[in-house]
Amino acid sequence: MEYFIQQLINGITLGGMYALIALGYTMVYGVIQLINFAHGEFFAAGGYVGAIALAYFAGVGYMDSHPVICLTASFLIAMAYCAYLAVGVEKIAYKPLRKNSRLAALLSALGMSIFLSNGMMLTQGVYDKVYPGELFQGRFDFGMISISYLQIMIVSLTAILLVSLNLLVFKTKIGMAMRATAQDKTMSALVAIGSNRIISLTFAIGAGLAAAAGIMYGLYYGSVKYDMGFIPGIKAFSAAVLGGIGNITGAMIGGLIIGMVEIFGAGYISGEYKDVFAFIILIGVLYFKPNGIMGENIDDTRV
Amino acid sequence: MSDQPILELKNVHSGYGSIKALKGISLKVMPGEIVAIIGANGAGKSTTLMTICGIVPVEKGEIYYQGKLINRVSPEKLPTMGLCQVPEGRRIFPRLSVEENLILGAFHREDKDQIAKDIRHSYELFPILGERSRQHGGTLSGGEQQMLAIARALMTKPKVLLLDEPSLGLAPIIIQQIFKIIADINREEGTTILLVEQNANLALQAASRGYVVETGEITLEDKASSLLTNPKIREAYLGE
Repeated sequence: MEYFIQQLINGITLGGMYALIALGYTMVYGVIQLINFAHGEFFAAGGYVGAIALAYFAGVGYMDSHPVICLTASFLIAMAYCAYLAVGVEKIAYKPLRKNSRLAALLSALGMSIFLSNGMMLTQGVYDKVYPGELFQGRFDFGMISISYLQIMIVSLTAILLVSLNLLVFKTKIGMAMRATAQDKTMSALVAIGSNRIISLTFAIGAGLAAAAGIMYGLYYGSVKYDMGFIPGIKAFSAAVLGGIGNITGAMIGGLIIGMVEIFGAGYISGEYKDVFAFIILIGVLYFKPNGIMGENIDDTRV
Repeated sequence: MSDQPILELKNVHSGYGSIKALKGISLKVMPGEIVAIIGANGAGKSTTLMTICGIVPVEKGEIYYQGKLINRVSPEKLPTMGLCQVPEGRRIFPRLSVEENLILGAFHREDKDQIAKDIRHSYELFPILGERSRQHGGTLSGGEQQMLAIARALMTKPKVLLLDEPSLGLAPIIIQQIFKIIADINREEGTTILLVEQNANLALQAASRGYVVETGEITLEDKASSLLTNPKIREAYLGE
């Protein structure tokens, strides 16, 4: 039983990170029907910027005196950096192709992914970049179960981000405009909603969330690497498909499920196969329920 | 009423790629008028409205709104200038609630109190929308969607309202209701209306002037009352 609860806690931690990444896939798909294969690189870039910022703060000695401020600042810097990066990527690689076939933008996304990943390799090197290790070392122990401060921080921050996103999308006027743009761009323009602005905003939010997940990942596993966006990116994409691509609540649920399955699979079946479980789910969903759990109609005629 | 047209098209050409839908449309709408464009299916009526709104780009010719050239103004700017369209097929946001659809009509407006007042006014104008305010737009009937589409357009505070086939697919009793409201909007708010209709009889009764469009060109322009009695029009568009 203790083992089960321990795995559950680990699963929520990992699943929350997948959910944060999956949201970017699903939001971008919702608005421009593009699978943004470069999205995993925003996650990796966020991890790097976080590592650089934290190392800088540690170097100047602020880390010991003001750890919370340093961590908050690192998150904000990484999220802002990736938001701008994503807006730039959209303007350069996707916007010029918007009138062409969807395949053109998809190939452009694959190219962007390789470009960004190699960019990180050239500027940051091929070796793991270590995260400052002394953060959130403490842990609570309840018998056999142990929860680290870091896990608590990750899960609470994930929850805050997910709730904020929900409020933004479902309660504010700009969120309404995002949903309207996803449903009918021509009509949105006829009520003064500029789709370019909304598309940029969608990329920025998605990449910001991925960047937050990138730092969490770095803190959790202790290091980042230039190609770290690939596997978690595909797993988060599986999560978005599982939840129903285009559906925000679906991406959150899908992320949690993929994280749980991975942890439980590794814990009860075999750690060797931990990367396989997410893809088994992806294949299963595509085969049996291609619309996903919360999926909207795939043949929905959006303009 | 001034003698300066609020909306004017001069020899406008536009189309979709190699298909030329408009081949030199010229028309004028004076402030406070109701003007009808009638014509057969595929004549270019909807394209005319979509070209005015900047959705279909102008290839040749000029469009003036309040004396300003608007050929190159981006589509999302025009509603903020008071030029708004209710497109064919209503195009309600199906997975947004009725109220959210209305709020988005006021997307560019900052006057929160007035927006809330205008939403209440929409519900007075169309009580059924008030009853269904929390329902998704996609669950409404055709007539209710048309009402919502008009109410949403009014939320932009239009000076010129372009209406594309407001009668399409609706029961006669609903059509009467909609056209009464169109007349009210014109009379009470002074909103100028450019109306596109296949139902020529209905459109010409509501309008003061009318244009006949055939294969992308204006073939006739007259007072609505004269068009209604014109034997050629009666034969071609009024089914006699």
